[in-house]
Amino acid sequence: MSAITQLSRLFKFNGGVHPPENKLQSCALPIRRLPLPAKLVLPLRQHVGNLPKLRVAVGERVLKGQLLAEAEGTISAAVHAPTSGIIASIGEALIPHPSGLPDMCITLEPDGADEWLPHAPLDWRHADKQQLTESLRSSGIVGLGGAAFPSHIKLRADGTSGIDTLVINGAECEPYITCDDMLMRERAEEVVRGIEIAYYLLGAKQCLIGIEDNKPEAAAAMRAACDKSEYPLQVIVVPTIYPSGDARRLIHVLTGREIPSFKRSTDMGIQCFNVGTVQAIYRYFQFGEPTLSRIVTVTGNVAQAGNFDVLLGTPVTALLDAAGGALPDTNDYLMGGPMMGFSLPSAEVPVTKATNCIIAGAPKLFPEPEPAMPCIRCARCADACPVNLQPQELYWFAKSSNLEKARDYKLFDCIECGCCSYVCPSHIPLVQYYRFAKSEIISQDRAKQAADVARERNEFRLMRIEREKQERAQKHAQKAAGAKTEGSAAADGKTLEDAKKAAIEAAVARAQVQKAAVEPKNVSDLPPAVQSEIAEIDARRSDAALEVEKMQLKKTIDTNSVADGKGNEAVSQASPEPTAEK
Amino acid sequence: MTRSPYLVEKTSVSIVMLKVLLALIPGVIAYVWVFGTGILITLALATVTAIVSEALVLKLRQRPVMPFLLDGSAVVTAWLLALSLPPLAPWWLIVLGTLFAIVVAKQLYGGLGYNPFNPAMVGYAVLLISFPVLMTQWPAPGVLAGAHLGFMDQLAYIFGRHLPAGVTLDAISSATPLDYLKTQLTLQHQVADITQSSIFGFMGAKGGEFVTAAYLLGGLYMWQQRIITWHIPVAFLGTLALMAGIFHLFDATQYASPQFHLFSRAAMLCAFFIATDPVSGPTTPNGKLIFAAGIAIITLMIRQYGGYPDGVAFAVLLMNLCVPLIDMYTQPRVFGHDK
Repeated sequence: MSAITQLSRLFKFNGGVHPPENKLQSCALPIRRLPLPAKLVLPLRQHVGNLPKLRVAVGERVLKGQLLAEAEGTISAAVHAPTSGIIASIGEALIPHPSGLPDMCITLEPDGADEWLPHAPLDWRHADKQQLTESLRSSGIVGLGGAAFPSHIKLRADGTSGIDTLVINGAECEPYITCDDMLMRERAEEVVRGIEIAYYLLGAKQCLIGIEDNKPEAAAAMRAACDKSEYPLQVIVVPTIYPSGDARRLIHVLTGREIPSFKRSTDMGIQCFNVGTVQAIYRYFQFGEPTLSRIVTVTGNVAQAGNFDVLLGTPVTALLDAAGGALPDTNDYLMGGPMMGFSLPSAEVPVTKATNCIIAGAPKLFPEPEPAMPCIRCARCADACPVNLQPQELYWFAKSSNLEKARDYKLFDCIECGCCSYVCPSHIPLVQYYRFAKSEIISQDRAKQAADVARERNEFRLMRIEREKQERAQKHAQKAAGAKTEGSAAADGKTLEDAKKAAIEAAVARAQVQKAAVEPKNVSDLPPAVQSEIAEIDARRSDAALEVEKMQLKKTIDTNSVADGKGNEAVSQASPEPTAEK
Repeated sequence: MTRSPYLVEKTSVSIVMLKVLLALIPGVIAYVWVFGTGILITLALATVTAIVSEALVLKLRQRPVMPFLLDGSAVVTAWLLALSLPPLAPWWLIVLGTLFAIVVAKQLYGGLGYNPFNPAMVGYAVLLISFPVLMTQWPAPGVLAGAHLGFMDQLAYIFGRHLPAGVTLDAISSATPLDYLKTQLTLQHQVADITQSSIFGFMGAKGGEFVTAAYLLGGLYMWQQRIITWHIPVAFLGTLALMAGIFHLFDATQYASPQFHLFSRAAMLCAFFIATDPVSGPTTPNGKLIFAAGIAIITLMIRQYGGYPDGVAFAVLLMNLCVPLIDMYTQPRVFGHDK
């Protein structure tokens, strides 16, 4: 095995940083289990994609592993009951999300029995692949690395998947987080069995397992487990450089291939899974267990940092208590790592499928950002950018709202890893500027789309009006042409003039009739002086109306006359006799 | 609430500038050894002028004074200018040059981070054009003159143009090798003969070459500390050596050797400290190479054919002009994109 590892060449991406790892604190103890909390709050949306369809009602007793909400549409994931109990409520509650906004959650009160719904393993080696991936849809498994993308989509063996390389992400490059490290150390067998299932389902030709060189125990355990596998699984130790755990970066490090900006890795025949995800896949096929729990690192400003196997829906407070409690100077709770994580709106929020790490923050760990100085163009950010962007230029464009330029300079390739902000000597919150610029561009694009739709509608309306006018003109022309061919021998020009005059006179007559017909209402009781005044105004008004009507008429006639000519021409061309006579 | 990353490297503009000053220390020590303690007076004068003028302008511009004073960039500008001036320049020349660098070249353009031109080189160029005689009057290095003026004598000369009894200006000053080379070449002498003069050392100017070697040392420290990348020094010195080498090979009687160009006057200071000014330079790796190569070529052309003995200041300013263009056309390939 080691021979293979040495044979495979590693590739380097631009830049990256190496912040203090702070991983040892949470690796001292084995993974522990949490006592059953008093209630579990299960957000319906713990994944990327559609809100799943609710399948239970308040007051219902559910068993452990029972489906609570079913995947809806293609990109969605199911939610199951992590233990047996009563559905206490269904409604909005705070969830761990950067927006701090509440979302739909199911609150489950455990009954303590922890009674399983009958479940059975799936004989994946002898089942139809199509059936297996179909069944994965109800497993609730999503990417456990933090992205929470439904896994059944990534494993779809539709015959055209053409995946030749399976990349397993055990890099865990963010400081503080050790949940994947501990999982690989303690449950390497399960992880490898999961890799085998993914390998089989995808029909892969090779499998590369990337682990950063700061996890020698995990790499050794994985190697030992891989050695027993019938598949050619390679454990490859990669240098510890943040963000080598980013899927595109890891694929590049391991294979030397760059996934083109607007393509997916699957377009290049590569599929990537986190180690936790494949272990969940193994548990599902081997025991029929859907995703009910996950391993979470609890670290930072706590008494006893460690990793816990936590039921989904467990409040973060329970987790902190299990870690000996947050120390008194704690002022913040982060979910995820310190490079890309976010502050929780409250420590009451539940653990979800995306919760890989909870860090109790304190000023001594994460000091308040220093006031920003002007950019001195030192380009350290560019040296650190793993995507090889020019952060100093993007900053300038974002700051001056030169959004088109920002887009030209590939703003949307930014993965918001934070390397640029990390190294900036001017302490400029660069990532914030990029987030702002991205959202500005997205909302501008939306506004532009809306404007485009409105413009199209307006253009269509104008077109319709024009068409109707043309049709009217056509009619008039036909009439005129008809009158002509009837042979009222009068001079051509004269008839037209006469027609105009007649039309105007007719209109005037009509208007006068109308004027006479206008019977002013509610004025009969008024004194005669006022009445006469009103009459006067009315007269003026109708005169004006008359003028307007006259003008309009003249206009229509004039345009009609132009159309007339055309119409005549068309007519004359259609009937060759008159021309022939001439 | 997202303010990630929560971790930041322990660095700041002040730390960067302090490291630049630290990297200049070996050069200053060598300078003192070669030309005497007068440079310390010049450095102090330039530093005080820079700090006071920067504070005043910041106040006038209603900007926070302390954070910008503490960033140290004004002191770096002052030191670079002071080290470029002749060591016994009169006090008002130093003050004038520093004022121009800080007030006009830096603050009037918006202060730290906004100046399109290298402030120290603007100050230098203004003085060179306005006071050519004073700016080319270099004292003989101690190794040549046997001894140099003492601290008090230098102080008296800088502030009062006052020489001790019995000492003439001619006795303590000498032509710099670049000047001497230029004038002698116009007199139809050959390079090999000219460099036999006692003012030439192993590589460049006798004495002065130690100062440039000390700058090289400081520059390597900055590279090791990741204050600068290798691109600008390597491209500048490489291009200078290559071009000078080609000329030298073509006609050794008319063109000095590459090592002479590398170790003369401002070449080393430029390679590591002046051309590497981040604010007025390009940011892309290829851009840095082009920028530095351009400075080297213009410097050599001015040295060989221009009216001034050294061309670093003008070369830097001319290339500063090209920076936006260079940056625009040297954008590196983004991950996952074709060039």
